[in-house]
Amino acid sequence: MQYQSQSVAKLYFIAAIGLFVGQILFGLVLGLQYVIGDFLFPEIPFNVARMVHTNLLIVWLLFGFMGAAYYMVPEEAETELFSPKLAVLLFWIFLVAGALTVLGYLLVPYATLAEITGNKLLPTMGREFLEQPTITKIGIVIVALGFLFNISMTILKGRKTAISMVLLLGLWGLAVFFLFSFYNPDNLVLDKYYWWWVVHLWVEGVWELILGAILAFVLIKVTGVDREVIEKWLYVIIALTLITGIIGTGHHYYWIGTPEYWQWWGSVFSALEPIPFFAMVIFAFNMVNRRRREHPNKAAILWALGTSVMAFLGAGVWGFMHTLAPVNYYTHGTQITAAHGHMAFYGAYVMVVLAIISYAMPILRGRAAANSNKSQVMEMWSFWLMTVAMVFITLFLTGAGVLQTWLQRVSDNPQPFMVVQEQIAIFYWMREIAGVVFLIGLVLYIWSFFIGGEEQTVNA
Amino acid sequence: MSDKFTKSMARNIFYGGAVFFFLLFLALTYDSSRAFPDRDHRQNITEKVALGKAIWERNDCIGCHTILGEGAYFAPELGNVYKRFGNSKEAIIAFIKSRPKEGVPGRRSMPQFNLSDEELDAVAEFLKWSSEINTANWPPNIQG
Repeated sequence: MQYQSQSVAKLYFIAAIGLFVGQILFGLVLGLQYVIGDFLFPEIPFNVARMVHTNLLIVWLLFGFMGAAYYMVPEEAETELFSPKLAVLLFWIFLVAGALTVLGYLLVPYATLAEITGNKLLPTMGREFLEQPTITKIGIVIVALGFLFNISMTILKGRKTAISMVLLLGLWGLAVFFLFSFYNPDNLVLDKYYWWWVVHLWVEGVWELILGAILAFVLIKVTGVDREVIEKWLYVIIALTLITGIIGTGHHYYWIGTPEYWQWWGSVFSALEPIPFFAMVIFAFNMVNRRRREHPNKAAILWALGTSVMAFLGAGVWGFMHTLAPVNYYTHGTQITAAHGHMAFYGAYVMVVLAIISYAMPILRGRAAANSNKSQVMEMWSFWLMTVAMVFITLFLTGAGVLQTWLQRVSDNPQPFMVVQEQIAIFYWMREIAGVVFLIGLVLYIWSFFIGGEEQTVNA
Repeated sequence: MSDKFTKSMARNIFYGGAVFFFLLFLALTYDSSRAFPDRDHRQNITEKVALGKAIWERNDCIGCHTILGEGAYFAPELGNVYKRFGNSKEAIIAFIKSRPKEGVPGRRSMPQFNLSDEELDAVAEFLKWSSEINTANWPPNIQG
């Protein structure tokens, strides 16, 4: 570790992994509820398990992003963090607030939670992914502002690199667009229109800047390729991201009461959204091929390469599959969307956070540069198990989605939703099995942290 | 990438492109806003419809259902449920009211939310209003 204050990142990474486990367990509950409809009913109904699953995902990725920023920024800015104490304080506030929110979901009916948290004063709850009580949302804004203050001040007093500027821009964008979660008009059409300013402009906009910055940082460290080259690529990739992705928001504006010209704007621009992801694949492989050092942390390199490929497949290919308006007319709101969502989030965001954790954690734990060979082999097993399991989850959901689309929307005798669901249950069973394999991969991942052995050092 | 194409050129394309396309997005949003009233028939958003939406949110209906195709994919689409139920608010109310408290063995079941008559009517009114939004003919058929 070059700067003492980087050590706060460790707390964030540990919390991220812990919440990741919770997310996957609730994912398995949801998968089971798809086939055994009354599983845990009425104690934990589907909607409650789902908000725990998705909210834990968002929160652990945010922990990952914040940990990444606390690790990267001192090295990039070549100075200690502005305030490590503030970073630790905000960590505990965020963790306790997050835990209380999840307990609230699980322990009282959602309507009661809305009532005791005063949702009536400023109603923001009960919208997909934004289920948090309004006071939690306000807490998130406060934590984000404190975090951004800390990171911004650190960059201001130190060296300003392209990587840290892009990271900072992504993080500020994340905070700014989250403010739209407080806008909840009575008019459902307007509500939906601006809801996407949080959801789409996060995951297909500013989060990709964070993804790009983290990936570029890891690649500089593990390949030793000249910073000028890597940062040039970074700018090209994120330029393509925003040029396609901002108007690409239009692919959500086909059928929600918005003007029909969005079918053109959305189709054309979102059809181009795979391009930056493809550029990312070329970038990652090119940099590793042109490496100037043999970094001993092979696992981190695997995650970095893996994130580019899986993000391209999940966000790029699976996104493109249903993004054109004439196709989306039939697939909108089916299991195709779920298939895409799973692989895109795993590829683009889960894997990049695991890449920076893989790179940084051995150093944060005072090891030379990388974990022992034995530990890395275990980590690579977990990489393949989780990644292959996710590929199968996506394929099974795609199968379910294609059949669902056909039976419910396209065939001459469209059948009711629940009738169709029963006919495609086999795919949900297979998905659940793939989910169990994913969990096994996750267990191995955590196990790999506890494997000692001889540490690897850098050979220049 | 070619050496003639420098980092600062890439940076300028990024900032220029991001600003340009965000401004274009704002312009399209402005134009959409002018088109919305015709499509969302907002003149029909009564206090009851607004209450219905609040109850919809308070019970996290979107955690299982979709509305206009957005939400969770565990339970049927509700954007057109008013039409699917034969343009009947009463049918919607009767369905919500009749959900068994302990569920249905082995099957998916909607929870019993114990809504008051006023709340039930408001939810039905909200779903009726939703079914009359101009959604460019989506969903493809009545099954949603």
